[in-house]
Amino acid sequence: MDTILINILILGLIAFFAALMLYFVSKKFAVTENPQIGEVEEVLPQANCGACGYAGCHDFATACASSSEPEFAKLYCPVGGAAVMEKVAAIKGYQKVEKEPTIAVLRCNGTCTNAPNKVDYEGVKICRIANRIATSRSGCPTGCLRLGDCVKVCKFDALHIDETTGLPKVDEEKCTSCGACVNICPRNLFEIRRKGVDNNRVYVACRNTQKGALAKKNCTVACIGCMKCSKINDSIKVENNLSYIPDSISAAEYGEALVKACPTGAIICTKCPTADEVTTNEK
Amino acid sequence: MRSKTFPMGGIHPDKFKITTGLPIVDAGLPEIVYIPVKQHIGSPAKILVKKGDRVKVGTLLADADGIVSADVHSSVSGEVIKVEAIEGEFGYLEDMITIKVEGDEFEPSIDMSPDIVTDIPYTPEEIIAKIRQAGIVGMGGAGYPTPVKTAVPENKKIDYLILNGIECEPYLTADDRLMVEKAEQIIIGAKIINKILGIQNAVIAIDENKPHAIETLGTLSKKYVGVNIQVCKTKYPQGAERQLIKTITGREVPSGRLPMHVGCIVQNVGTVYAIYEAVMKNKPLYERIVTVSGDKCLQPANFRVRVGTPASYLIEKCGGISEDVAQVIFGGPMMGTSAVNINAPITKLTSGILLLSHYLSHKDEEQCCIRCGKCVEVCPVGLRPFQIAQYARENMFDEVKKLNVLDCIECGSCAYTCPGRIPLLDYCKLSKYEVKKQK
Repeated sequence: MDTILINILILGLIAFFAALMLYFVSKKFAVTENPQIGEVEEVLPQANCGACGYAGCHDFATACASSSEPEFAKLYCPVGGAAVMEKVAAIKGYQKVEKEPTIAVLRCNGTCTNAPNKVDYEGVKICRIANRIATSRSGCPTGCLRLGDCVKVCKFDALHIDETTGLPKVDEEKCTSCGACVNICPRNLFEIRRKGVDNNRVYVACRNTQKGALAKKNCTVACIGCMKCSKINDSIKVENNLSYIPDSISAAEYGEALVKACPTGAIICTKCPTADEVTTNEK
Repeated sequence: MRSKTFPMGGIHPDKFKITTGLPIVDAGLPEIVYIPVKQHIGSPAKILVKKGDRVKVGTLLADADGIVSADVHSSVSGEVIKVEAIEGEFGYLEDMITIKVEGDEFEPSIDMSPDIVTDIPYTPEEIIAKIRQAGIVGMGGAGYPTPVKTAVPENKKIDYLILNGIECEPYLTADDRLMVEKAEQIIIGAKIINKILGIQNAVIAIDENKPHAIETLGTLSKKYVGVNIQVCKTKYPQGAERQLIKTITGREVPSGRLPMHVGCIVQNVGTVYAIYEAVMKNKPLYERIVTVSGDKCLQPANFRVRVGTPASYLIEKCGGISEDVAQVIFGGPMMGTSAVNINAPITKLTSGILLLSHYLSHKDEEQCCIRCGKCVEVCPVGLRPFQIAQYARENMFDEVKKLNVLDCIECGSCAYTCPGRIPLLDYCKLSKYEVKKQK
């Protein structure tokens, strides 16, 4: 009986002193954190995707909590979008920041029919490896490799390889434009663009800089750099045999004309009324 | 003499040296040649010719741009018809000079006599200048410009010159045939490099499965003081630079350093022959030996080929391409690359063209790693390929860097031996690329 009592007493004393020590240490070396960080972090999506430019949601929350009003205007969480940023602004007591929603866009339309396979590829099903071995199976040096690195990297289940086209398809509802696909694609085929009014966007779905004849040899919908689109709007520039439609071009205003002007069908307008045949290609 | 080998790792693939007894034959002249301006490591050469220019064999087409670069010479005589980017072996566009062949006229400075010149009247500086003018690069496959390799800094002392006649890749016999037919020239070439380095000895490393080369060079080397033959075991990758140094000298090249650091210089026998031709005969590097072989090649052969000859021309000469050919490989089957475009030209670095069947080229579906440790066992560098692959799959390249992936020599022993058919080599290559990019 004595042994048990002694044991309890000794252990109890050790525990008491250890607790005392912990108490003093925690008082002496206490780190004071801005309480707003916790609050902001709670409303963030917690995807830790890095789309905001910070290492994760905690980093972003720290930046938000310690920001002044003009600094705050530059911070934006593309994943949470306007709804989350409104809550964060409310915590800080600042004016909320308005930003147009964006989406990832695949700038290649080299589907199985538009750019048929010429060689077999039996290597690893990873685009970054295939890109270093040879051009795509169609022969296009800048086209989509159709192996789906972007699908694997997407944290929001917004990208899927479409079985009929072989190309990855962006889910308009789920895409948060975090930019993970932009970074992973070895051929830089994704671009973050404005989502557009009623999801109406116009863009050149090609990144081939080869001369027209060479580009057309591998893919029927390649941009050949014919300059026809640049005559419709001055801000459309053709460089290295490749046209680029800036994000500022309104799809409602110019989309239809641009799609009609393009002789190869490299320009895609997602919701233009007369662009039926083009949108079926995209599907 | 006891045959040596390196202590760690290595595999024994089937040899398939079907062309080993066939003499080198001239491939003749194609109608058109495509000469790439980048046939070496470093910056591409600056193009000197334009469309419509007439060139002869040996005319300088492009000038070395920077220290690590090499001159490119014309391999035929005729008219330049195009100077623009053309699809290379991988399908990507590369800058090439297209020449339409007309006749076969040589630059007058080239000595075409068959006599063997043995006296070396030049100073080391003159020799290096001649090698540079000839545009010689390492012909084993790496394409490192030879003048850069042989110009040793003052503070480094070289005491070993090793001639690499191993050719451990299956099928290839280009170096083997060269050693049998041009033995004396190779030994004189070694003497020329000796003169640059200021040493008296050279070791010619040959592996056991080349008895003719061992015999020919063995008898000849008795005439020359300081030249020795070292027979090595037949094992892959015996011909890799670092492994060869370990075999011959017992020295280990530290990670990230050059062989120079341990007092060694390794030159491929093909390069040494080119050095002989350049110094003694003023002949720029415009032709090389290429083995055309493979299990679906109808008439395998060893050719002397002008640089820039389309691969399809050689394949035609060997009986053409049949239905069964599943893959055309530039280089050896272990380290070579699968070609997308068979009209791509032979470069200074192409040692073979292989036509392989579906049976040999097909890769089975990747299975799970069963932790058998075979890849670790065979890795000649001592890496852990299975772990590298695991991290690379999850994009954890910081972890991969800690596994010393940059020391990988890309020999492919791990992928060859893996019972689960995991493409370990591809993962290693990807990791190397990503780790280098991070820097």
